[in-house]
Amino acid sequence: MFFLKKRWIVLDIEQHPRLKEFKFSFDKILKNPLSITGLSLIFIFFMLAVFAPVIAPPQNRAEPFRIPHEGYSVIPKPPSPGHPFGTTTKQYDIFYGVVWGTRTSFRIGFMVVGSILVIGVVAGSISGYFGGIVDEVVMRVVDIFMSLPLLILAMAIVTALGRSLDNIMKALIVVGWPIYARTVRSSILTIREEDFVKAARALGAGTLRVIFKHILPNAIYPVLILASLDVGAMVLTAAALSFLGLGAQEGYADWGQMVSLARNYIVGPPGQPLLYWYVVTIPGLFILFFVLGWNLLGDALRDSFDPKLRRK
Amino acid sequence: MNFLNYIVRRILLLVVVLIGVTLIIFVLLTLFSPEQRASAFIRDIKQLSDLNSIIKTYGLDRPVYMQYFMWLRQVLKGNFGWSTTVSRPVLDAFKFFLPHTIELALFSAPLIILVGIWLGSISAVHRDKPVDHFTRFLAIIGWSLPTFWFGLILLMVFYGYFKGLFPPEILSYKAQAFVDSADFTRYTRMNTIDALINGELWIFVDALRHLVLPVVTLAVIQIALIMRIMRSSMLEAMGKGYILTALAKGASPRTVIRRHARRNALIPVITVSGWLFAQLMAGVVITETIFNRKGLGWWWARAATQLDIPAVLMAVLFNGILFVITNLIVDILYAYIDPRVRLG
Repeated sequence: MFFLKKRWIVLDIEQHPRLKEFKFSFDKILKNPLSITGLSLIFIFFMLAVFAPVIAPPQNRAEPFRIPHEGYSVIPKPPSPGHPFGTTTKQYDIFYGVVWGTRTSFRIGFMVVGSILVIGVVAGSISGYFGGIVDEVVMRVVDIFMSLPLLILAMAIVTALGRSLDNIMKALIVVGWPIYARTVRSSILTIREEDFVKAARALGAGTLRVIFKHILPNAIYPVLILASLDVGAMVLTAAALSFLGLGAQEGYADWGQMVSLARNYIVGPPGQPLLYWYVVTIPGLFILFFVLGWNLLGDALRDSFDPKLRRK
Repeated sequence: MNFLNYIVRRILLLVVVLIGVTLIIFVLLTLFSPEQRASAFIRDIKQLSDLNSIIKTYGLDRPVYMQYFMWLRQVLKGNFGWSTTVSRPVLDAFKFFLPHTIELALFSAPLIILVGIWLGSISAVHRDKPVDHFTRFLAIIGWSLPTFWFGLILLMVFYGYFKGLFPPEILSYKAQAFVDSADFTRYTRMNTIDALINGELWIFVDALRHLVLPVVTLAVIQIALIMRIMRSSMLEAMGKGYILTALAKGASPRTVIRRHARRNALIPVITVSGWLFAQLMAGVVITETIFNRKGLGWWWARAATQLDIPAVLMAVLFNGILFVITNLIVDILYAYIDPRVRLG
């Protein structure tokens, strides 16, 4: 009951500094046309993903992510009433593929960034709060992972795990967490010595309580901003790995795989060079707008939460 | 002394990093059965009966640490193994593919750095004006662009629509035949440079035409990155007291921006430029695959899809070394440029 009562008092925003700051940032985000564009793009994709079974009803309900195809003709067919975006090579329906591909992309983005966030925050908190040998070990592991370009390391790991979309996600989690751990650790190092933390400790608060109640809420913003920018980046990297042929098998509703599949049809027959424009362009535009939405949002979040920039 | 200490520490770190990364890959490889891994060596169905002898030769059924030490001992002897994707020793393949990739990087890096710095500084100088909004918008588009898709679209337009204006691969058949003939001496194996040394202008033009699209594809994303860093560091520099002082003394805004703001703003960009080289290598994997340019990236990408482990391990080693060395150079440069920085 005590807890509830406390919440009620908190609702007076002007009285509570953290909420007041949050409201300030939130208002800033809503006034920025770029962040509105980003949010709208994400909203549209979200609706596409949620209503995918209505927009593109699957023929085989057990395997909705398999793009339906009529026949095996390798020549793509242009948009027609039955296939609004045309068909790609081997007659896979592009419209169905991009709609269900939205679900795949959300799954990749959320699964990868969510896991990275949890692992990174836990590793960074432990490392920053306890210091000493634990810190040394975690930071050396972070060094190892941060000494290679993400794509190349992920590529090597997928090679060792075997080709599949799930393995791409695992590889991205393995290579993605260190930067979060490092960010959390450095925030914690500065906050650990603040007076309010010492006060909490003096009042007898346990380690977990100090970390979760006092330190993390103050250290979490940089990581959340990183996360929103990373949803796009991870989807992009996953698509690039799919393009290299390390991802889902042919005919799976995944944008990267669809671009990869259509690679041989970018240039049409002599005389009609742009005949098959739709096979690569359409799935690619879906990737571009999806990533753009997350980047616009992440950018706006960074601008409005960054104490150096926000008051100007 | 301090300085030497610093370099030694960085190189020790490099050793730890390289052993760590390769060990991780070896441990992950145990997820495959020895038979699966051995089958990567097979080129002909008749060899299937030799599966067991392949496993024996390469020690694929031994415990993982034994396999790792076997590999490490060979690498220390300079033997990086056999790359099945290109059917030649890894080291030979590396020497063969390297010039094509360096050529690509040589043309891309200056473009990226110069255009990035230029766009970033005009964006900062005209803060919140249309120019700024436009360049920032371009940057965020560049940042969100799937490289592989962008490259394919460029091919569609400049190879398809404009009838082979900027073709894929490295050279046209005619030029390749001439380059391989006895009339042409190969010094660096980089076609543009060799063509100039040989005085064959048409080869140079041919090689350049094949370079345009890969360079553009590689550059777009990195320009966006450099631009963004340059912009924010320029904005920070322009808010400093010494800018106001210079303006108050009556220096023209143009001079102040050039001499005082831009020079100081360049420091963070130098840091990122080191990182850029490592990042270019990742970009090269995608770019060379799109344009079928037979360089390191093309080889690694194929190796990754065909379980060509020696080649993939080589990719990891090379990138680790490149990353640490470029960062070392950047740190040293940094201390040289900015007297406030002390290494140690």
